[in-house]
Amino acid sequence: MANANPTATHETLVHDAHDVHEHHDLPQLRHHFETEEQQREAGSFGMWLFLLTEIMFFGGLFMAYLLYRNWYYPAFATASNQLNVPLGTINTAILISSGFFMALGVWAAEVRKKNVLVLMLVLTTVFGYAFLNVKYFEYKEKWEKHHIPGATFDISEFVNPPIDAKTGKPTEEPLAPDMAQKTQLFFFLYFAMTGMHALHMIIGLVLLLWLIYRANRGEFTEGYVAPIENFGLYWHFVDIVWLFLFPLLYLINRHPLK
Amino acid sequence: MSATTIVSLPDQATARLPKTNYLNNKHGLLSWLLTADHKRIGILYLLSITFFFFIGGAFAGLIRLELLTPQPDLVASDTYNKFFTMHGIVMIFLFLVPSVPAALGNFLVPIMIGAKDLAFPKINLLSWYLYMTAGLFTLATLVLGGVDTGWTFTTPLSTHYLNTHVMTTAIGIFIAGFSSIFTGLNFIVTIHRMRAPGMTWFRMPLFIWSNYAASLLMVLGTPVLAIAIVLVALERTLNIGVFDPAKGGDPLLFQHLFWFYSHPAVYIMILPGMGVISEVMSTFSRKRVFGYTAVAFSSVAIALFGFFVWAHHMFIMGVSNYSALVFSLLTMLVAVPSAIKIFNWAFTMQKGSITFETPMLYAFGFIGLFTIGGLTGVFLGSLGMDVHLTETYFVVAHFHFVMVGGMLMAFLAGVHFWWPKITGRMYPESLSKLAAVVTFVGFNLTFLPQFVLGYLGMPRRYAAYPAEFQVLNVMSTAGATVLGVGYMLPLIYLGWSLKYGAIAGNNPWQATGLEWQIQSPPLTENFLETPIVTQEAYDYEWLEEKMKHEVTHVG
Ligand code: HEM
Ligand SMILES: [Cu+2]
Repeated sequence: MANANPTATHETLVHDAHDVHEHHDLPQLRHHFETEEQQREAGSFGMWLFLLTEIMFFGGLFMAYLLYRNWYYPAFATASNQLNVPLGTINTAILISSGFFMALGVWAAEVRKKNVLVLMLVLTTVFGYAFLNVKYFEYKEKWEKHHIPGATFDISEFVNPPIDAKTGKPTEEPLAPDMAQKTQLFFFLYFAMTGMHALHMIIGLVLLLWLIYRANRGEFTEGYVAPIENFGLYWHFVDIVWLFLFPLLYLINRHPLK
Repeated sequence: MSATTIVSLPDQATARLPKTNYLNNKHGLLSWLLTADHKRIGILYLLSITFFFFIGGAFAGLIRLELLTPQPDLVASDTYNKFFTMHGIVMIFLFLVPSVPAALGNFLVPIMIGAKDLAFPKINLLSWYLYMTAGLFTLATLVLGGVDTGWTFTTPLSTHYLNTHVMTTAIGIFIAGFSSIFTGLNFIVTIHRMRAPGMTWFRMPLFIWSNYAASLLMVLGTPVLAIAIVLVALERTLNIGVFDPAKGGDPLLFQHLFWFYSHPAVYIMILPGMGVISEVMSTFSRKRVFGYTAVAFSSVAIALFGFFVWAHHMFIMGVSNYSALVFSLLTMLVAVPSAIKIFNWAFTMQKGSITFETPMLYAFGFIGLFTIGGLTGVFLGSLGMDVHLTETYFVVAHFHFVMVGGMLMAFLAGVHFWWPKITGRMYPESLSKLAAVVTFVGFNLTFLPQFVLGYLGMPRRYAAYPAEFQVLNVMSTAGATVLGVGYMLPLIYLGWSLKYGAIAGNNPWQATGLEWQIQSPPLTENFLETPIVTQEAYDYEWLEEKMKHEVTHVG
């Protein structure tokens, strides 16, 4: 309470009001922060909190997935065999590379190398875009096989799995029709989770374009690196979510019945 | 000093509002719609929240009107369903959740910790726009013909069997959720990073503590609601069965996701109100809140416990007996920190010198009504009772006591308490006291009969009821009318005071908080220089001492 001087009259308060906007060293320092340091800390703390909300957000989906996987284990195991593991693996590699370039970008901003920063951001974008492209082909494949949940979903393949030409046996353990129905739940969760992840990537790519534009004007290589750092956190978060999605959806217990 | 009123207004003949303040330093609609000033955004919220409160209130009136007679004669049952759904959705998501934090908190949190603004002013503005968008979706639902799931969106009812506008409502609520996430995030970062020098955690006003705790809940709980709503929307459009048992889904999953948010949400709604009560209690008892630390920690404890009790909404929905027992016990535990607060307020008053200003009257109302609501909550939390009382009017009475008797009283206490700071003017004293009393009487007349109705077995959510319940229902409707008058009154005299109210001066209540040390209405930057805090909150002894000194000095 000390300094706020309860006895000051309105006149003195108003008079002093003109001097408030002084002490701005850096153009990026917003008026309500005291120091550059405070602004930077607030920004990154805010970003971490936001990522915490994101974890809770994905958490609901993970919970649903684990619950149903437990209940309808055969359906989930069989359905997950339909996912394209090679494409998923390629995409994992692509995404990790993209994250790697992003990390280099943060470093470049910190050591004030403008051209390196722009290059790294561009590479991050290109790899991010490549990821979505691969995802598109995966989704297309699901569409062609009638594995999109909803009206045209087709369970016949799970009830009567195709016969392997060499062995003369079914490639998969056949499922009873009601269990086969549950594969639809698997695909629904697959689309919900990877779709939500892809949506985050799309938002990230839009932000990247904007960051590239600003980085190119030299905004982040004069000591003001907070936007790059915070975006880096976001991008790594998206990577990490995928690193959970990939094994959970594509890899675990692929052929439990053999 | 203690016996008389403490309002000491500046001399009317000479008093003027400060020449420059946050209200008049920029002009035009755009300067409001594009503002990044937390105080102006607080005002935007105050106006829009009030608007939606009266929309929700209109539906309450319609509900009560229909229940005047045992037959569904005013409207058919399905219209009635839409009425209570709209009433619930508007009141919960567009009034209760944002009321104190987004309106009063926005205005006060930065000032009370000695900051110039919230950490992210633009995100703050964005969250108001999100709120308004959510409101528009809700109004659109109304125009399109309404929705009748109840505010709980119970699946598979909401996903497969109702052909009303679940989608528009769901989108609206999803957006409202993000508004509240951003508000919470902004508060947490601001409180952590932007306190003035000397403003340590245990010198913070309790209003800040309670908003901090509520913000934690917003940030952690709301995303889970968001995902539940997304799943409902997807299930509805794509016709899948995540929640539909006929398709292999599990309706209990929705219940878990929904109540994981919506139970803590009741604390999102009540905690900031408790913060208001702490401020008002200490100011008008001229004392530091008794057991300051316990009150501060109990806010955080409520927030944390709040996450572990959601399944008490699901006792009759098929959770196992064992887990029901655990949840029942945990529910009782949450009562403890709430009780701590009530006792501490009582001790604060007991040792203080109390004056009965309008905010204090509302605060008394809060304590009385919230206590009743809380105790009946313990009834409902105990397993055996719940099975009998759930889905009856007992529940309706319980949650109205907590939320309307509690939160709304606190909101009104806060609005009256800080009105002089926000607008620079006082409101007519006797009229405002009258309004507080009318509200209290009207409230009890409306909702006490509903406890009896519920105990006798009148189920909620039906337009018709057996004739023997009519007398109590008529009482309740009569009470609602009185209550309505109680809510209209402040609207009128507060509006009046904007032009004709006496000039309030910086500190009409002689309170200690930082917000009372600056001019009213404040400057855009709040403080000319960053204040340095050297005292704990509510140091009334110091203030009295200082005032004595000033008097002798002048004499
Ligand atoms: C003017 C005073 C009010 C009256 C007379 C009133 C009356 C009612 C009635 C009769 C119901 C229907 C109960 C049922 O059939 O299940 C109801 C539900 C509800 N009310 Fe109020 N109410 C009032 C104010 C409020 C306020 C101010 C809030 C919140 C701030 C609120 C929140 C709710 C909620 C959340 C529901 C549940 C809706 C649902 O079941 O979907 N009410 N109210
Ligand atoms: Cu609850």
